[in-house]
Amino acid sequence: MDGLDDIVEEFLVESHENLDQLDTDLVALEQEPNSRERLSSIFRTIHTIKGTSGFLAFNRLEEVTHVGENMLSRLRDGELALTPTRTSVLLQMVDTVRSLLSSIEASGGEGSVDVSAVVAAISAAMEEAPAAAPAAAAVVEELHDDLPEEPLMPAPAVAGIAVPEPAVADQPEAEASAADAAGGQARRAVADSTIRVDVDLLDELMLLVGELVLTRNQIVQNVARQTDTDLIRASQRLNLIASELQEGVMKTRMQPIDHIWSKLPRVVRDLGLQLKKSIRLDMEGRDTELDKTLLEAVKDPLTHLVRNSVDHGIEAPDTRTKAGKPAEGVLTLRARHESGQVVVEVADDGAGIDPVKLGAKAVQRGLISQEALSRMSPADVLQLIFLPGFSTAAAVTNVSGRGVGMDVVKTNIESIGGTIEVESDAGVGTVCRLRIPLTLAIVPALTVECASDRYAIPQISLQELVSLDAEKAANAVEEVGGAPVYRLRGELLPLVRLTDVLGLTSERHDGHVVIAVLRSEGRRFGLVVDRVINTEEIVVKAVGGQLKAIGLYSGATVLGDGTVALILDVQALARRALRTETTDRQEARAGALQAVAAETDRQRLLLAAIGGGRRVAIPLDTVTRLEQVRTDAVERVGNREVVQYRGAILPMVRLDRHLGAYGESDREVLEVIVYADHGRSVAIVVEEILDIVDGEAAVRSDIDDIGLLGSAVLGDKVTELLDVRAAILAADPAFYSHSSSAPSGASDSLLEV
Amino acid sequence: MTAPTGVLSTKNAAPATGGQLATFRLDGDLYGIEVQHVQEVLRSQQLTRVPLAPTAVAGLINLRGQVVTAIELRERLGRPPRPEGTDPVVIVVRLHGEAVSMLVDSIADVVDVDASDFEAPPDTLEGQARELIRGAYKLDGTLLLALDVQRAVSA
Repeated sequence: MDGLDDIVEEFLVESHENLDQLDTDLVALEQEPNSRERLSSIFRTIHTIKGTSGFLAFNRLEEVTHVGENMLSRLRDGELALTPTRTSVLLQMVDTVRSLLSSIEASGGEGSVDVSAVVAAISAAMEEAPAAAPAAAAVVEELHDDLPEEPLMPAPAVAGIAVPEPAVADQPEAEASAADAAGGQARRAVADSTIRVDVDLLDELMLLVGELVLTRNQIVQNVARQTDTDLIRASQRLNLIASELQEGVMKTRMQPIDHIWSKLPRVVRDLGLQLKKSIRLDMEGRDTELDKTLLEAVKDPLTHLVRNSVDHGIEAPDTRTKAGKPAEGVLTLRARHESGQVVVEVADDGAGIDPVKLGAKAVQRGLISQEALSRMSPADVLQLIFLPGFSTAAAVTNVSGRGVGMDVVKTNIESIGGTIEVESDAGVGTVCRLRIPLTLAIVPALTVECASDRYAIPQISLQELVSLDAEKAANAVEEVGGAPVYRLRGELLPLVRLTDVLGLTSERHDGHVVIAVLRSEGRRFGLVVDRVINTEEIVVKAVGGQLKAIGLYSGATVLGDGTVALILDVQALARRALRTETTDRQEARAGALQAVAAETDRQRLLLAAIGGGRRVAIPLDTVTRLEQVRTDAVERVGNREVVQYRGAILPMVRLDRHLGAYGESDREVLEVIVYADHGRSVAIVVEEILDIVDGEAAVRSDIDDIGLLGSAVLGDKVTELLDVRAAILAADPAFYSHSSSAPSGASDSLLEV
Repeated sequence: MTAPTGVLSTKNAAPATGGQLATFRLDGDLYGIEVQHVQEVLRSQQLTRVPLAPTAVAGLINLRGQVVTAIELRERLGRPPRPEGTDPVVIVVRLHGEAVSMLVDSIADVVDVDASDFEAPPDTLEGQARELIRGAYKLDGTLLLALDVQRAVSA
C-alpha cells in the first residue's frame, strides 16, 4: 500500500511541474502557432500524464487527457490548425487536469470533478468550425469576435485543412521562444542530476545552521580575548566553515523566481482576452533566485500587481493607437540581485498614474485634506495609492476592486521585510518596484546599545554611521521647530532618538551623539543610539503574539554572549517617528532650507588627504558627488586621464601630481570628488576623503603655493586650501569657457573662508 | 458535593477534572496548572526587557537558542511586585506548539487532585484574577487555585 502511495505522490509532484510547463507552452504557442517543438512538448506532457493516470486507474483523468492528446496529436501532425477556441479548450483541459490532481492530492481519489463538459468541448473543437464551439467555449469565443485578430491570434484557419501559415510572431520573439524551449530542455536535463528533498527537512537544517551560527558567534567572541594561537586558529576555521555551511544550506532553499513567474503568462493572456486588450509579456531575469518561503510570500502580491497593470495600467488598443502608441501593450517583469536584495519590477507602458487625478480622488474620498495635498510633491502623491480603501480604477471591474488593494500588497511585502515603491509617468507607464530580502532566517545586522539594552538593526536599511563628539554635536545637531536635525553633507537629516521612541532614558550623558542613518520607503532619517556595538550575522527568531502588537520589533535574536536582543523594525520605526513630519513639519522644513541658503557665507569644507601627509580643503558647495573609480577604468586621451562615468567622459586631475605631493600610485580604487557645472564634469582624485568641517573656526594664513589659495588650521592640523578653479582647469581647460567671464564656481569666494 | 465539577463556572467553560497539577507559590497562595502543559522549570534567567510591551511582559529569555516571552504572573494576577532581592522561578509552558514562560515565586509539588474537591471561584473574587482562576481544589489545610494557563500567558 505504501509503495502505491509513493508512486501517486511522485506522480503528483511530477504532474504539477508538467502543468506549469504546459501553461507556458500553450501561451507561447499562441504567439507562434506553427511551432512543432511547442506542440510536441505539450503533447509529450499530456501523454505522460495520461499514461500514468491509466496505470494508476484515475479514469476521468485518463479520459480528459486522452481526448486532449488526440487533439494535440492532430495539431502536431498539421491535420488541425490552432484557433483561439482550440487554445481555450486546451487551457480548459489543463485546468481540469489541475483540479483532478488537487482532488487526488487532497482525498486520494478523483472526487466530484466533472470532466464530461470539457471532453465534449474538446471533441467539438476538434470536429467543428470555431464559431460553432459548444457552450463551454462560447464565452471566450464571444470575446474574440470583436477583437482585432492580430497579434494575439493567428489568422483563423478552416478546420481540417492543414494550411501552413506564415509565422505571425516577429523574429526576436521567435528567437526568444526558441531560447525558452532550449531552456526548458536544459531544465529537464538538470532534473536528472538532482534529488528531491522534503522542505521540512530543509527547514530543520536551516534552524540547526542558525544555532550553529549563534554558537560560532559566541565562540569567536570569547576566543578573541584569548591568547592561545591554536585555539584562535581553530576558531577562525570554525568561523569560515560555519559561514560556508550557512551559505550552502541557504542555497538549497533558493529557487528561481521563474517558479512563480511561469504562471503569469496565463494570467496576462486570460485577463487580456477578458478585457479585450492586447498585451505582450516580457520577462527579464527569470533565473534570479530567492528563498522558497519568500517566493511563496511574494506570489500573491506579484500576481496582484500584474493584474493591476493589465486592468488599470495598459489602455485599450484604440486608446493606445490614438495616443500614438503601438496597439499592443507591453508588460515587463524584471528581477535582479542588487546589494543583497532581490529587486522585482512590474513595469507597463500604459497610461500611468496622473498625480492630479489621484490627489483629487484621495481628497474626494476623505483620505487626506486639500491642504495636505497641496503641500505634497507629485512623488508623494503617488504613494497615496497605498492608503487603505483606494482604487485607481474609474469603475470597479470584476478583475480588480475585490477589496484587495495596494495597501494589502504593501502589508504583505513589508511582513517579509521588503519594501515597495511606485514610479509613474502620466501617459508613459508605471513601474512598481519590490525590494525583497534574499532570505528571512539569517540577516546581517548592526547591534547598537540604547539605555543599556542592545538592539539589532538589519543592515538592509542601514546607510551609514555618523559619530559626533560632544563639541561637534553641540553645533551640528540643530532644531527645526522643536525637531532635532543633523546636516549630513548639506542635507537635513531628521533625527529620531531611540530612547524617545521606546520610552526609555539614555544612559549616555557625555553629549556624544551616535547616528545610524537609515532608509525606509525612500525616506532617510537618523536614529540616535547610545553606542554602536558591532555588526554580526543574526538569526531571526519570531516573537510571541504578546509582542507582535507593539509593532516596533520584527523579531528577536540571540547575541554572541547568549543574551536576547530585539530586532528593530525600521519601517515601523520610521512610520511612527516620522508620522508628524509628513504634513506638519514640511513647512518648517522648507523654512529650514531657506535658513541654510542664507548661511552660505559660513562655508563648509571637505577635507581630503593627498599623500605625503598633506591635507587639502575643498569648499563643499563646489562638490557634486563623491565616487570611487577603479584604477583600471582610467583611460588616456592624449596626455590627459579620463574615466567613463554615467555615459560621459570625465576628465581627471590627480591632486597629488597637481600639487606636487607623492601619493601611493598602486591603489586599486581611486577616491574621486566630482565637480559639475553647466553640464560639464571633472573628477578630482584624492588619496582619501577625511571629514567635513566648518571653515569658520579655522585659523588662516596666506602661506601658499602653486594651486593653493592659502592654508588654515582645521581639526588641529594645517590644511591647504585648494584653488578649485585651477585644479579644474588642469583637468579640463575648457571647463569655464562656456560661462561668462566671471566663474560660476565658488573659487573666488574661497578666499573668504 | 454531588455535582462538583466546573459546571458552576460558566465563564471559564473548561471543566475541572481530576488529574495532576504542577503547583507553585505566588504571594503566599498555592496555584496549579495541568502538568501536561509544563515543559520545564528553570531557575531565574537573564531577562531582556521589551520597551512598550504590556506590563505583564517581564521580558525575553534565551531558552537554548529559542527566544521565549516571560510573563510576570504577579502582575497578571494583580498582586504586588515580588520583594526586592528574591529571584523568580521560570515555568516554561508549551501551548499550541509555542513556548511561553511564567515567572512565579517558587515551585512546589505535583499534586493529584480529585474533581470532587473542586469548587468554582467565590463571587467575591474580583478583577483580573477572576478571569484567570478557574476555581479551587480544597486540599487538606490549603486551597489549590486552578489557573487557566491559556489566559494567563496571553497578556
